Amino acid sequence: MYVAVKGGEKAIDQAHAWLAEVRRGDQNTAVLDTAQIRDQLTLACNRVMAEGSLYDPDLAALAIKQARGDLVEAIFLIRAYRTTLPRFGASAPIDTGAMTCIRRISATFKDAPGGQLLGPTFDYTHRLLDFTLLANGEAELAETERQTLNEPLARVSDILGKDALLQPEPSGNEEPGDLTRQPLAFPADRALRLQSLSRADEGFALCLAYSTQRGYGRNHPFIGELRVGHVEVSMEIPELGFSIVIGEITVTECETVNQFVGSRKQPAQFTRGYGLTFGHTERKAIAMALLDRALRWEELGEDDTGAPAQDAEFVLSHADNIQATGFLEHIKLPHYVDFQSELELVRRLRAEAEQ
Amino acid sequence: MSAYNFAYLDEQTKRMIRRALLKAVAIPGYQVPFASREMPMPYGWGTGGVQVTASTLVPEDRLKVIDQGADDTTNAVSIRRFFEVTAGVETTTEADRATVIQTRHRIPETPLQEGQIIVYQVPIPEPLRFLEPRETETRKMHSLGEYGLMHVKLYEDIARHGEIATTYAYPVRVGKSYVMDPSPIPKFDNPKLNGSPAIQLFGAGREQRIYALPPWTPVKSLDFEDYPFDPSRAAGQCALCGSTSSYLDEVITDDSGGRMFLCSDTDYCARRVQEGA
Amino acid sequence: MSDALNLSGGFKDPALDAARAFRVALNAMSQPGQIFEMTGIEPPLPLSEAAGALLLTLIDHETPVHLGGRYNSPAVKQWLSFHTGAPFLPAPQALFAIGRWQDLLPLTQFAHGEAEYPERSATLIVECDQLLNTGSCLTGPGIKSQTFLNLPDERGLAANAALFPLGLDFYLTAGSQISGLPRSTRIGGV
Repeated sequence: MYVAVKGGEKAIDQAHAWLAEVRRGDQNTAVLDTAQIRDQLTLACNRVMAEGSLYDPDLAALAIKQARGDLVEAIFLIRAYRTTLPRFGASAPIDTGAMTCIRRISATFKDAPGGQLLGPTFDYTHRLLDFTLLANGEAELAETERQTLNEPLARVSDILGKDALLQPEPSGNEEPGDLTRQPLAFPADRALRLQSLSRADEGFALCLAYSTQRGYGRNHPFIGELRVGHVEVSMEIPELGFSIVIGEITVTECETVNQFVGSRKQPAQFTRGYGLTFGHTERKAIAMALLDRALRWEELGEDDTGAPAQDAEFVLSHADNIQATGFLEHIKLPHYVDFQSELELVRRLRAEAEQ
Repeated sequence: MSAYNFAYLDEQTKRMIRRALLKAVAIPGYQVPFASREMPMPYGWGTGGVQVTASTLVPEDRLKVIDQGADDTTNAVSIRRFFEVTAGVETTTEADRATVIQTRHRIPETPLQEGQIIVYQVPIPEPLRFLEPRETETRKMHSLGEYGLMHVKLYEDIARHGEIATTYAYPVRVGKSYVMDPSPIPKFDNPKLNGSPAIQLFGAGREQRIYALPPWTPVKSLDFEDYPFDPSRAAGQCALCGSTSSYLDEVITDDSGGRMFLCSDTDYCARRVQEGA
Repeated sequence: MSDALNLSGGFKDPALDAARAFRVALNAMSQPGQIFEMTGIEPPLPLSEAAGALLLTLIDHETPVHLGGRYNSPAVKQWLSFHTGAPFLPAPQALFAIGRWQDLLPLTQFAHGEAEYPERSATLIVECDQLLNTGSCLTGPGIKSQTFLNLPDERGLAANAALFPLGLDFYLTAGSQISGLPRSTRIGGV
């Protein structure tokens, strides 16, 4: 007598127990402290904050620990938590011009007011494994002259803008859309596209931006300016009639300067792409700026070359790694019923073919 | 679990989903966009259905959750537990005792009744998606009632295979208006959609769409006069209850090709066994 | 003191009461012409119990509401603002409207939806004296064969139904009675 498979509940409980065990790992090694993750795996936390759309380094560290270091899983934990938070209001736009920069570089000018500030960058490190770290030691920290620029730095784009060499961006007062509150609809305006790109999977944004550099929607970008630093977040309190500072966040901002040959109506002028992300996440911010520029082809009167990065519906519909991983992984779920119906069809078609 | 609001979702989210649900029943078969939220389970695992159920449940409900027709498949277990914890509602496996049924891929064999609500989990709500990937285009096609592309696809099937080679998620037309994806139920279940006494709600979380069929709505599976719709079922008999009319799962019993058939609807099957059918 | 009184009479347990009220609203919109009961609150006059509960269930700061006729009163505004935060806007911008039938005319002033987005249309709550299953014959989705309801204006509502899939959706309310009338309902047995 055949007995149908039962015991889904028990199997789930056991899987969860096992998961907890492997997450802890070898009991002889010290337990990871979330403060260690927050302070020593900062860039992982930054990515989780950027794509999780929630600025909270402690929660990002917790999510990474809970997810066993799987960053997409950690982003998912943050997103699921974020969506349950009540909204008290919207902050005023942050002023990145008033940023306390820890890093600020321009690739378009050898020097600019305020100068080039490398900050803590991998850029010129030689990618050689440092076996001192493996031996659980730390190289002695060299005396460093920490330089941050506290006074507001003029943006490179503003300098170019003065001579009308760079296309100005209109300062709109209209409230931007919010794709966490309204379903995405097309055509999506630039504010909405930027919101989507800011939350986008870093790998997807990176490789798609790379494709534009290789000719699939090429837009000749230079890094006009990349700045990383701290900005104040303030909020208008209607009852008080003025705004108060509610905190400080670290962000990365990238403005690209792109070639634009001009058209019959417009003389040649540089245009820009824009990237802004939570934390020190410069690969993502640069990729975002390239994609932003690529998606602006229509408003700038450029040709649609059919490149994937120019296709807003394609880019925005597939940029979210939480949507993507959910749907990709759902094919692990049982599909007996659908498969059975396909099985019958294929058997029947084969039987008919044999006749 | 006082840490969560009733049925997990906050009230504002529920209101947004509830408004979408009312527009969905007012325009049967039309996919209403809604601002789907991230849920504590992955997209693709029933987040649309879960959001619809969460917005529809009342404390007095009795909930049944099935996946592939079965109450004890892992995802059904997981979703049922979610609502036991967050909404504290009674749950059941008996289709006729349930007031709300959330389902993935099946409609129960036991006929639905007036007063019941069935919530379908939908992966791709757009029936035209695999013919035209662009939302901007498919939206236009729906607004113009331009479904020629779909008929061409089905007709090409007939030309190539001698029959329509769509076996699940078989498209239907709601009344004389929208063509609708019935979710990936086997086409065997399609006739149960038509004129059902229950309220049928469809939730697609990742794709941010909700649609609905009020009770007694005429629903027709697409076909041609000379190739009428055939809700076929494999000839076979359930090895447990002996049913020759229910939808069957195939189970491989050994590695030399042995196989048997079992009802996919575990509640229906268990009750037939109990009744000594 | 009178201010405090104006604000009372909302849901006692907002999450559960709204869930129950929504179920009634869903049943009503899914089964046009059937008369349901919606109770449990005490809104300020002239709001009926059913209309008040429906509004508390469905509106918030994201949904502009239009108050017609006598419903555009300080008492109603205060009460709805306190419980929902919904903005009050003229008919063309409203997603919901409340009033007697005459207060809401002409219907053309409300959003009727767009061909590609037919759901972008207003829902009108029409306060009536009493709902009875007599009068106009209704057929369509949600109705087994046919049903009857005393409509405020058969011709006006039939014209709305002729716009399907565009058009307005209605709730008719009287005291604790509520009935749904979506655009999909055909009126006059046609």
